[in-house]
Amino acid sequence: MNQVMKPKREVGIIGYGAYVPRYRIKAHEIARVWGGAEDALPIDEKAVPGLDEDTITMSIEAARNALARAQIDAQQLRAVWVGSESHPYAVKPSSTLVAEALGASGAVLAGDWQFACKAGTEAMQAAIALVGSEMADYALAIGMDTAQGRPHDALEYTAGAGGAAYILGPAENALAVLEASYSYVTDTPDFFRRAYQHYPEHGNRFTGEPAYFDHTLTATQNFLELMNYTPRDFHYVVLHQPNVKFPLQAAQQLGFTRDQVIHGLLVGKIGNTYAGASLIGMTNVLDNAKAGDRILLVSFGSGAGSDVFSYIVTEKILERRDLAKRTAFYLGRRELIDYARYARFRNKLVMN
Amino acid sequence: MAENLAPNWRLREQRYQLVGNVCLNCNAKFFPPRQVCANCRGTEFDSFQFSGKGELYSFTTLRSAPAGFENYAPYSVGMIKLDEGPLVEAMLTDVNEDELAIGMRMEMVTRKIREEEGERGLIVYGYKFRRDNENEEKRNARR
Repeated sequence: MNQVMKPKREVGIIGYGAYVPRYRIKAHEIARVWGGAEDALPIDEKAVPGLDEDTITMSIEAARNALARAQIDAQQLRAVWVGSESHPYAVKPSSTLVAEALGASGAVLAGDWQFACKAGTEAMQAAIALVGSEMADYALAIGMDTAQGRPHDALEYTAGAGGAAYILGPAENALAVLEASYSYVTDTPDFFRRAYQHYPEHGNRFTGEPAYFDHTLTATQNFLELMNYTPRDFHYVVLHQPNVKFPLQAAQQLGFTRDQVIHGLLVGKIGNTYAGASLIGMTNVLDNAKAGDRILLVSFGSGAGSDVFSYIVTEKILERRDLAKRTAFYLGRRELIDYARYARFRNKLVMN
Repeated sequence: MAENLAPNWRLREQRYQLVGNVCLNCNAKFFPPRQVCANCRGTEFDSFQFSGKGELYSFTTLRSAPAGFENYAPYSVGMIKLDEGPLVEAMLTDVNEDELAIGMRMEMVTRKIREEEGERGLIVYGYKFRRDNENEEKRNARR
């Protein structure tokens, strides 16, 4: 019984692209409004989408960055898959609009994926399978969110906006080649949003041990064991990051050092970008990696499960990474807003 | 029945990808696309996708917005001289009024333009322009 997944044809990342909106709100500004404890904030600040932004517009920009790096024509894509928990429509795909904007519409698969924060890596697993089975040469997988947090809820401090797009293709054209992937899933109701509800519900401490930690740690440990690897075999590890504490603690329990985690840990500056969180961490790692570096990517989605991927960076990274805006550009592009503008931007003001 | 589906749908290539056309006789480029060339009166065209890069030719700020755009007011609109020639009018985004200056480098992004029939209707997406300051930011980062 082979639990590790390896495609028949070697597959890799051909292009990648990040997106983060321009606006930021400080966690201490949210604490000021609700009288929260300012000495125990989960992050420094989080990204807030502008009035004209949503998961579709943000996916388009990240995907344009990925296409620029991939150096392929959008018509070569055979799949455009968008993973998110904040699709603008309840019924009507985000992915068809993204495909149309990229110039990829026509003979292409398109669909929206839903698995809380794991939706993006689920799309990546499927893209690997599509290319690895030789059903297609190129597939686009996106994880993107404009996460909603109920005012005065713990998640309001961290629910951010952003994500990343990846084009998977044959390994010979890849800037990072996939070694193998793995997935670990159970039915764990730590966080959910029912139909017609604006805000998700969560289980407070129940989101920690039985959910984030159990799935992240079990998935990673199983993968390492099956692959006969130890943490020392990796230059970087990127974990799902609902706050700064969880991934640092999980990495330490797994035996990774702080240096291995830090390049892929963006939550402190942009918040938890949900389906985009681990994927955008990975873009910052790729922006800084060198040929031969091995990267471990581990997502976590409530409900619950984790995907694990091992990639090895190739020399093509050098010629591709500056063909589009780096993740650091989006991190550096920031305008601080107060809670009043935040309330306006997030449609929390009743206008009629 | 949902309103304005067909008229929005017909414009999707122009709005999402900045696709205009180029005169096969004199090579003049147009956005939005034209049926008769304004330069040589030719009527044969190929479609042409603009790069989305250009510079700010003029701008103003709307404080009293037209119907359907109230939610965004105040917002700036501009005329952008595309690198390939045409002048395009568009909403500007991700920029404060006091940052705008004629001649500034601009780039196209795809954003929400408006919603038909409020929360029930179609969300209309299309081009807007923002400041293209990647190179400026790179210089600032090095300092």
